[in-house]
Amino acid sequence: MGRRLADLFHGRPRLQVGALLAGPVGWLVVGYLGSLAILLAASFWTLGELSGEVERTFTTANFETLFSEGVFRTVTLRTVLIAALVTVTDAMLALPLAFFMAKVARRRWKGLLVVAVLVPLWSSYLVKAYAWRTILSEDGIFNWVLDPIGLSGPGYGNVAVWLVMSYIWLPFMIIPVYAGLERIPDSVLAASDDLGAKPWRTFRSVIWPLVFPAVVAGSIFTFSLTLGDYIAPSLVSSNQFIGTVIYSNITNNLPLAAAYTTVPIAIMIVYLLLARRFGAFEHV
Amino acid sequence: MRLSRRAELLLRAASAVTLAFIYIPLVVIFVYAFNTSRVLEWPPPGLTTSWIGEAIDNSGARDAFFTSLEVAAVATLVALILGALASLAVARFRFFGRETISFLVVLPIALPGIVTGVALNTTFTQFLGVGLGLWTIVIGHATFCIVVVYNNAVARLRRVSGSLEEASADLGATPWMTFRRVTLPSMQTALVAGGLLAFGLSFDEIIVTTFTAGAGEQTLPLWIFTNFSRPNQLPIVNVVAVFVILLSIIPVYMAHKLTREEGGASPGRGGGTAVAAEGTAIP
Repeated sequence: MGRRLADLFHGRPRLQVGALLAGPVGWLVVGYLGSLAILLAASFWTLGELSGEVERTFTTANFETLFSEGVFRTVTLRTVLIAALVTVTDAMLALPLAFFMAKVARRRWKGLLVVAVLVPLWSSYLVKAYAWRTILSEDGIFNWVLDPIGLSGPGYGNVAVWLVMSYIWLPFMIIPVYAGLERIPDSVLAASDDLGAKPWRTFRSVIWPLVFPAVVAGSIFTFSLTLGDYIAPSLVSSNQFIGTVIYSNITNNLPLAAAYTTVPIAIMIVYLLLARRFGAFEHV
Repeated sequence: MRLSRRAELLLRAASAVTLAFIYIPLVVIFVYAFNTSRVLEWPPPGLTTSWIGEAIDNSGARDAFFTSLEVAAVATLVALILGALASLAVARFRFFGRETISFLVVLPIALPGIVTGVALNTTFTQFLGVGLGLWTIVIGHATFCIVVVYNNAVARLRRVSGSLEEASADLGATPWMTFRRVTLPSMQTALVAGGLLAFGLSFDEIIVTTFTAGAGEQTLPLWIFTNFSRPNQLPIVNVVAVFVILLSIIPVYMAHKLTREEGGASPGRGGGTAVAAEGTAIP
């Protein structure tokens, strides 16, 4: 059976490609892109005034609500701001560690450090958010450490969301930045050194321009993941974010929830286009 | 690069602080799993191992665990097949739209998880009119797991030159024989690594899951999430959380071992990229 099938494909590359791609492309185009198209369509549907059921009549009312009601603007702005802060924080934390891993640590340590960064990258997202919920709680470690010096932790709120999101997505920044630094030849750094540049000058004029596309690549993850998250924000804050608003509307007003998802989609499309201009896609 | 003593010390200190930042919260959860008190206070008043037994006896957590295993196993199988097929097409053939395939595969993980979740939810409940259940979770998970298998397999196929396959053909092997004796063995460890990562990814996922799970279905992350709000369950939640961390470490570590040679010293290319690409996924 296998042999006869193989004979059929022999010398017919187009048929071979078609057979290979039918499954995966069918799944992703029909299943996934199809779902996204339905999502877009649903954002123009409405709720019946009496029935409360989804009615498939075309209306732009959902988008009018999104633009006219100030609360959506506030929530969008708050989410984007925190996503941007998280991205900057992660870049600042990732650079020294990634540089240490790529250029300073000895070979044996390097391998260990890579594993040390990779393991938490994949370890349970939910558990990490939960860990911070306990740390930031009233009787948590944060207050326990700060209490003797007369201070108290940030508690639950926007600062907590910023901390938790920075924590959870940090490895997604470290890995591409590390890979980007690895690609800078040591001789380039030595040349800068020989020409009399101090470490800070070498960083500013040589390393930063070369590693910038990798930082942008990492920022795609940190920014996008923060933008659409709703579990962690709901665990450490009672404020609304794009994700929490969509989640709370999905059962009682699906068309509005669908319309609101176009906001993070639009933001990410703009972000990805900008990232491509900076050459980030060679580093993802 | 030559660093002054002071600069190197500063760099070491910054790296140590970042690593501590990464690991302290995980350690905290470990400690709480042995906490004698039923509430989360720091420092814990005493340590005990009794919650572990209670967690094992908890039927809700156990059922959720088996549901997660089931979902992850089927989703991984689907992702393995689809990811391997796509990687073979992209790495071994030239065709119109080849560049788009990578983009298409990455998309479910590059868009925020909530978008994927709401899109699938709308399609299932409004368009197809089917009830949400176990298999709707599987479809969601398989969709974003394809990318990890694909990335690993493509990296491997690019590293192993196609000339081996040409040699096999020249020696008279049929395409099927070449695939079974040459291509498949060379992809094997990359596929195992991709499958392990897909399994870990699926086992851990919660955002897409909340939108695609039927009312009666509970994966382990969903079980943990619903039990956060039940104070008397907290000690068991802590134990389950530690269990989930330990379980997620194993596939990542094994996958890393299997693909570390990809791209030589730089894990950014090949294996490492595949691992990092998840980024977009978990949520």
